[in-house]
Amino acid sequence: MKKLLDLLNDNAEFTTAQLAVMLGISEQEVKKQIEDYKANGIIRGTKTLINWDRLPDSGVRAIIELKVTPKPETGFDDIAKIVMSYDNVENVYLAASNSYDLIAMVHGSTIQDIAEFVSKRLSTLDSVIGTATNFVLTTYKQGGICFTDDGEEEEQRSLVL
Amino acid sequence: MDYSCLLNQKIQNLKPSGIRRFFDIANEMDHVISLSIGEPDFTTPWHVRQEGIESLRRGKTWYSPNRGFAELRSQISNYFARRFDVEYDPEKEILVTVGGSEAIDLCIRAIIDNGDEVLIPQPSFVCYEPMTVMAGGTPVIIRTRSENEFRLTAQELEAAITPKTKLLILPFPNNPTGAVMRREHLEEIAKVVEKHNILVLSDEIYGELTYGRERHVSFASIKGMRERTIVVNGFSKSYAMTGWRLGYALGPEEVISQMTKLHQYAIMSAPTTAQYAAIEALKHGDADIERMREEYDTRRRLIVDGFCRMGLTCFEPEGAFYVFPSIKISGLTSEDFCEKLIYAQHVAIVPGTAFGECGEGFARVSYSYSLKHIRQALERIEIFLSEGNKA
Repeated sequence: MKKLLDLLNDNAEFTTAQLAVMLGISEQEVKKQIEDYKANGIIRGTKTLINWDRLPDSGVRAIIELKVTPKPETGFDDIAKIVMSYDNVENVYLAASNSYDLIAMVHGSTIQDIAEFVSKRLSTLDSVIGTATNFVLTTYKQGGICFTDDGEEEEQRSLVL
Repeated sequence: MDYSCLLNQKIQNLKPSGIRRFFDIANEMDHVISLSIGEPDFTTPWHVRQEGIESLRRGKTWYSPNRGFAELRSQISNYFARRFDVEYDPEKEILVTVGGSEAIDLCIRAIIDNGDEVLIPQPSFVCYEPMTVMAGGTPVIIRTRSENEFRLTAQELEAAITPKTKLLILPFPNNPTGAVMRREHLEEIAKVVEKHNILVLSDEIYGELTYGRERHVSFASIKGMRERTIVVNGFSKSYAMTGWRLGYALGPEEVISQMTKLHQYAIMSAPTTAQYAAIEALKHGDADIERMREEYDTRRRLIVDGFCRMGLTCFEPEGAFYVFPSIKISGLTSEDFCEKLIYAQHVAIVPGTAFGECGEGFARVSYSYSLKHIRQALERIEIFLSEGNKA
């Protein structure tokens, strides 16, 4: 039933009735599947994709690269958990890269705000041996959705029979 | 200057496609959500495009043989045997054409003499009737009916046959209705065809796009029909290759050789680049067909359910990428319904009458669009209906 996940990933607004029709199963089955996915931690939540750039004073975002010394027992998990615990951290990834190990996406009200967060909260952590801060200027696409107007799919097909 | 006395009378008498006016309205309007386009929204699979590009890079820019590249004909032969269980000799029984449309034109012209009758089930694609007229034939329309899910029945066929009948057009899976003919239906048709000694042009361009419990059955695979059938197929719908303009005809050597003469004088050869791409499509494209077919099927389910919930009933279409809902509850003609819908809610669909008079009371809706697009269009149509379609 990966198809159900594909459809939800594409658009969370489908009603269970529509999902049932598209998949050719009953609405009850759709509901049960979704419950199962939630119970198994596969579906973690449902959010709205917002282009904050369109709002005045909506703050700034940055992608922070962290070079970390892994711990003997827990590797990168412990330090990731600490980074995750901050509310202004939106995403945290472990990367396979030569230059850094963890990537965190953070938001703040100003550039100074974020700079301060990095220098006081992240750089000072025991295992963190280096950081690099990349401020986001424009979000073109997020979560598979185009955030710019000119990227809106324009019909290129001609009207012929 | 008065051209009318200088121009061909037959062509002057041809009606321009009834749908043009409609497209003109849609073109002038902003924010139109269209469900009217009759081609895949997918782009040609990348590996197929790459082979086209590669052929250009290697400088393959010359004419191809009249019948099409031998390798392509051989791949078409493999493909048709693999998918539809009919074998054709690549040397003598296959002709590569500029889209399926050219193959239809050649076939009708190769068979029809002045006054011969061509049976055309409608609603159906718009080209059969004018092409018959241009070939000097007489189109005889058979009205298929919604009670029969727009299938052609043996009785309807039998009733339309006269001593002048030479050719039956079999346009299934059908544009615009989405109707398919199952094996048992084709077998009934075959009996009548045999009894009256007529030929069949089976337009199977949507043959890869069927969704019901059965795959498409080629009319040529029905016992005794291979020798009476010219199958028209192509790459446009199954591989999302409309712009490459490549199709083909399969049939008895006697017919294909006649068609080849016309093709060689009028067209010379089908596009070379497209043929290289098509070879790749036939070799490695089965998975692409399946991927697109599944996506169409999801959309089909959503849109059929949407229309039925609104009271615009439609039988479940099992082929192509169209639904053909009845708009009779609106009390409007097809044209009025579609025109009011486009003005009131900026949703473009095609009046059923564009595909024959018997399309009255219906509209063609294409689901060759993203799910998001289809959902929005359905919402707007629902608003249109709930507002008593006062526009």
